Amino acid sequence: MTVRLSIVGLMKRFGGVVASDNVTLDFAPGSLTAVIGPNGAGKTTFFNLITGKLKPDAGQILLDGVDIAGRSQSEIVRRGIGRAFQVASIFPRFTVEEALTAAVLTHRQQTSSMLRRFPLPLALARAREIMALAGLERVASTPSRFLSHGDQKLLDIALALALEPKVLLLDEPTAGMGPEERWQMIERVQTLWREVGMTLVFIEHDMDIVFKIAQTIRVLRYGKVLAEGTPDEIRSNADVIEAYLGTSLEASA
Amino acid sequence: MTARMENIIGILLAVAVTAATLAFGGKALLDVLMRLAIFGLLALSLNILVGYTGLVSFGHAMFFGLGSYTFGLLMQSGAVSIPVAALLTLVAALVWGGVVGMFCIRLDDIYFSFLTLAFQMLLYSIIVGFVSLTGGDQGLMGGIPRPPFLGLDLTDPRQLFVVTMAVFVTCVLIIRQIVQSPFGFALRMIRDNAERARFLGLPVQRYKLIAFVLSGLFGSISGILMSLYVSGAYPNFAFWSTSGDVIFMIILGGITVFLGPLIGAAVFLLLNDNITRMTEHHGIVMGVVLLAVVLGLRKGFLDLLDDWWRARAGAVR
Repeated sequence: MTVRLSIVGLMKRFGGVVASDNVTLDFAPGSLTAVIGPNGAGKTTFFNLITGKLKPDAGQILLDGVDIAGRSQSEIVRRGIGRAFQVASIFPRFTVEEALTAAVLTHRQQTSSMLRRFPLPLALARAREIMALAGLERVASTPSRFLSHGDQKLLDIALALALEPKVLLLDEPTAGMGPEERWQMIERVQTLWREVGMTLVFIEHDMDIVFKIAQTIRVLRYGKVLAEGTPDEIRSNADVIEAYLGTSLEASA
Repeated sequence: MTARMENIIGILLAVAVTAATLAFGGKALLDVLMRLAIFGLLALSLNILVGYTGLVSFGHAMFFGLGSYTFGLLMQSGAVSIPVAALLTLVAALVWGGVVGMFCIRLDDIYFSFLTLAFQMLLYSIIVGFVSLTGGDQGLMGGIPRPPFLGLDLTDPRQLFVVTMAVFVTCVLIIRQIVQSPFGFALRMIRDNAERARFLGLPVQRYKLIAFVLSGLFGSISGILMSLYVSGAYPNFAFWSTSGDVIFMIILGGITVFLGPLIGAAVFLLLNDNITRMTEHHGIVMGVVLLAVVLGLRKGFLDLLDDWWRARAGAVR
């Protein structure tokens, strides 16, 4: 099996708490993986370690075989790991189109020009492609701060797409959404994943969504990998059932 | 409207105002417009930081003081012509802005503001303390010589007026180009969400420093024009109250519309001149106006007009 992203023995302690305890996981190119686990299982820490926001105490993070553990955030972004945030991180006063054009310009390192006028046509064209992918064309000229919650999260994802990532990490793409909006969002994410063909990893609390769309599921608990496998395997895994006792996987399956 | 159209309209407007003033205006109007050009440029240059990069400098007057003193001293030395002195002054502002900026941009928010204020007061105390060079609190005495160059005689108020207007318009167009360029939008990204900009791969610190230096360069040009206008340089050019005045202008006019600070400067000068004429307690009146704008409008005059103009849609500025 070829591997795009390979995590080997990843360790991170905060004082006495082990937030990442010898985590070892592989992600195949073009795979769609859900990371689940009870609150405090170390899911967001896991993302923060991969994206360089936190430095691991030990372990390797191999992107296409190159160890990126401990490198700077900007270098990791350049190497192809993009991320969207739990709370949408956007540019409030930019319109959607401007924000994406600016993101494309940044990615292409064309922001240093003072002699040309924003937006540069090629970057604008690319921004429009991304808008089409993310389904944001209908709000192209709306200032980001006036977007609905769901569209702000979509824009956050679209900003990450501007970096043409090989691996995209989504931290709770459906957080704070109503049931209907939630499914629209996840279908959009699934479509993106299919069309762009990247490796996608997402953290999600809604088990219906997880079991419906993920190809593989990785379960974390107390910073450790509790289980991994296909939705069917996870559903019948005794450890997982125990960890989720009271939230009954059977009921939500 | 295309960029070129905007520029052409701007230039035509400035030429018309300049020509009309020369033809029909008296000495008083000349003075008013020159002061407006000088303080308008100062406010616009500060707004590169405040409005576009989201960095509120409390020490912008340091560049105003640095520009006027450096230029004044160079001219008094008699060694260089006006253009050469202006160029050397820009180099001085570049170095000062680069060094001071490297310290300031490491800090965020209010700490950035404090440090700019501290550096300004450092420059102020050098000016006041170094009496043998700067004349201390008396300011640069004896006038600033203005030898003719390129057929221009700046001792003639009308010629000085034309040159001031020309420099002003050129600088405004350059600043306009900068804030509308990809670089200008990178600054807006920093203003809106520096963390996200960094995560998209923008070298945020470097861009902040460049913005700081650019803002300082245009501020020092304003200082040069000021020293030519008053034929001298005074410590209060570099005092915190001058920085405060410029921030006041920006608040009055608004930070989201490009020309807001210029309108703010016009309103400020108008108020200041008239109130000073009417009462000695002009500080109280200005304070009340500032409170009224901040608490009542919650934005600058041009911001308000702009909001009304586009109601809701519209683009980032």
